Amino acid sequence: MATYAAPVPQIAAHKVEREPRGWMSWITTTDHKKIGIMYLVTTFVFFILGGTEALLMRLQLGAPENTLINPQTYNELFTMHGSTMIFLFVVPVWAGLANYFLPLMIGARDMAFPRLNALSYWLLLAGGIVFYASVFWTPPSAGWVSYPPLSSIAFSPSGGQDAWIYLIHLTGLSSILGAINFYATIANMRAKGMSWGRLPLFVWTVLVYSVLIIFAMPVIAGAVTLLLTDRHFGTHFFDPTEGGSALLWQNMFWFFGHPEVYIMILPGFGVVSEVLPVFAKKPVFGYKAIATSSVTIAFLAFLVWAHHMFTTPTPIVVLAFVMMSSFLIAVPTGVKIFNWIGTLWSGSIEFTTPLLFCVGFIAIFLIGGISGVFLAVFPVDWQLNESYFVVAHIHFVLMGGAVFTVFAGIYYWFPKMTGRMLNETLGKISFWLMFWGFLCTFLIQHVLGLDGMPRRIYEYPNVGNLGLYNLISTIGSFILASGVLVSVINFARSVKVGAIAGPDPWKANTLEWFTTSPPPVNNFDEIPVIRSVEPMKDFRREIERRTGQQIDTPVPVPAGSSGAAAPSA
Amino acid sequence: MPRSPQTNLEETRRRRIVRPSTALASGGLAVTMLLATAPGAFAFITPEAGGSPNANSIDTLYKIVLYIAAVVFVVVEGALGYACWKFSAKRNKVAKQIHGHTGLEIGWTLGAVAIVLVLAVATLLKLGSIRNPPNSSPEGVNASSVSGALYADAENKLPPNKKDLEIQVIGRQYIWQYIYPGGAKDGLGAPYSYEQMVVPTHTTVLINAVSMDVVHSWWIPELGGKIQVIPGYHNYTWFKVEKPGLYRGQCANICGQGHARMIASVRAVSPAEYEAWIENQKRKLSEANIAAAKQRHELEATGGLESAGNQ
Repeated sequence: MATYAAPVPQIAAHKVEREPRGWMSWITTTDHKKIGIMYLVTTFVFFILGGTEALLMRLQLGAPENTLINPQTYNELFTMHGSTMIFLFVVPVWAGLANYFLPLMIGARDMAFPRLNALSYWLLLAGGIVFYASVFWTPPSAGWVSYPPLSSIAFSPSGGQDAWIYLIHLTGLSSILGAINFYATIANMRAKGMSWGRLPLFVWTVLVYSVLIIFAMPVIAGAVTLLLTDRHFGTHFFDPTEGGSALLWQNMFWFFGHPEVYIMILPGFGVVSEVLPVFAKKPVFGYKAIATSSVTIAFLAFLVWAHHMFTTPTPIVVLAFVMMSSFLIAVPTGVKIFNWIGTLWSGSIEFTTPLLFCVGFIAIFLIGGISGVFLAVFPVDWQLNESYFVVAHIHFVLMGGAVFTVFAGIYYWFPKMTGRMLNETLGKISFWLMFWGFLCTFLIQHVLGLDGMPRRIYEYPNVGNLGLYNLISTIGSFILASGVLVSVINFARSVKVGAIAGPDPWKANTLEWFTTSPPPVNNFDEIPVIRSVEPMKDFRREIERRTGQQIDTPVPVPAGSSGAAAPSA
Repeated sequence: MPRSPQTNLEETRRRRIVRPSTALASGGLAVTMLLATAPGAFAFITPEAGGSPNANSIDTLYKIVLYIAAVVFVVVEGALGYACWKFSAKRNKVAKQIHGHTGLEIGWTLGAVAIVLVLAVATLLKLGSIRNPPNSSPEGVNASSVSGALYADAENKLPPNKKDLEIQVIGRQYIWQYIYPGGAKDGLGAPYSYEQMVVPTHTTVLINAVSMDVVHSWWIPELGGKIQVIPGYHNYTWFKVEKPGLYRGQCANICGQGHARMIASVRAVSPAEYEAWIENQKRKLSEANIAAAKQRHELEATGGLESAGNQ
């Protein structure tokens, strides 16, 4: 490594005391990095569980009139799958990545409220355990949207529905506390010189993610509390036989539910905006437009919830308004896609695994965005709503969208978190299996929906090509799952045997690459002054200016070599 | 012999541009696009239609969106693919250090706004033919036998001449019930059927849907869009079938264990056949009512009803 004159700290705060080790150090930790790792490991366990549920459903649907799974179990599977993926994977996995990287990216030594941060994690785990405990009794079966009266005590008497309510309460509280923490950290703990205009784009999206959570989550927390009192304490908020309104639930649920979509995808946008410039080796195209579009999306997200309710008895003028606001969201989203392509344009693109996941994401998310426009046209939605077209759409934006960016983020930041590189060959195999497996699974589901197959049915008759199309989808889902498996093997293997990464293996732009990999407990011995949105580039340029020497990507050091050759902080 | 991590990484670096997979990627994309645009595959990617004018109008509107979407899809995916091919590190050694282009950015923002405005106008132009029921054709069920709704509200549109055949749809776990006009003034004695609805051709049929228990959704794809059937609310739609035949659908909103089996169908028959069917249905129902009343009298006379109730 071409060493540069990094300021030598007068007092090295880390390694003075022995770092605590063992499982107690994880349980008692308030270190944002350890909490981040716990978030990531926990949410990935839930991702595997949710994925297994999906595969079981695809097995059942692989053939018409299949009798592998009975209808009750099938209903439980899709309820568990949807709730797991949303509340226990995609939302908290971002909290995990943000936990680890947000303080590093803004040059902070920890989150603003470290103990609250630990509480957020433990509440999430508690929510997950309460929810999955229901598997040993009767799991919930009213779908992840749990519309009453189906979710009321009369039609869902089992405690599984209550477990679902506690899942929302606990994970919701976890998310709200986490969001307040992120907001406070970003607002107060940025490095000297990091004005709002120099905030990394991932941090911008975490900021918007936090604001959305703070506004949207209390609404669903309130709604499930009303459902809980309806079920057990004699109230009738959603009970039409006693003067309540079943439609009220849908309004409350989707007032949360639509911002939730952006809660799940915006940090992914942030990851793409970080990864593309690094591997295209040029600055992000239109920083201001990308940051502004995140904020615009967040504002519009609160005006479109009724597009999930186009088939309810609602006045046409409301439908037309919601159609227009939903169309408007396509504008800032489109702007982002164009800016990302602009970032790749005239670059010198290195096709690493994180970049592949980002490009795959753009290709897939575009289709999800386009199918979203079909669904926003409310008369067309009257045909497509509640059909497999919607199932395809949600997976294009959430699975091909959010989950691909989660993988991009993990492939990008794994060296920082573990100090070791992931295997690129395994990474590429995983990406291509996931990419083609994904398209094979979900493209055909648009056709199923157009042919009239409703969602959430455990069997279908052998008419037309339904059997063939479903079989294609089932085969695709197993290709997709094998791709995920390859990545999991890659993660597990590389933690032990991956090449040593050094502080900055990608020659990246943001501050997290300024410190060692993995970073010490205090993150930075000295926090540099920030002069642009790409501080690492400034440092490299400065060193080049002083030494007159071109800096290449640091040469990695073999595992187990002596400390002398190891890069120092 | 295990390779050292260093060689491992060097190899990794060398392999960063994987040519076969790039070829695979572009090949696959080309096949996908061909499939999506081949004329034979057109029906494959459009909704069910052909039973009723509203379904046909939805289909037309869908196709308008599809054409615009296809252009956007090809242009954007094309630009993405081109950028990945043209500006790969292999072909383009030096990256241009540009931060943005205000004119271009304003341009594509306005372009996106223009596209959604076109879509909005197309939707509002097509809305009338999807939402407003037409009059029944002269050969449809003649006006005297049509009950007709007494009023129209924001959700319930009537045909211009206010004459229609209103059928009440009742959703319950897990069967659809249909109540036809033709009962007494108080609504009693109206003919009804389960699961299969029988309607006359050339006649505007208004659906007035309610639920007895949980949320259901009424959907016959070839006869137009779906409506959510929510307990405590009325929801309305309409269709007008020209061709006799069987149109299939099923409940589209998760309603419990039997959701997948909560099927619905509409059998369209000639107006004369419809009248005959209604009369037959009325007769069968009244016969069944008489038989039930008779059985009840017998049970009451023998005290069987009370003992049955006490069990």
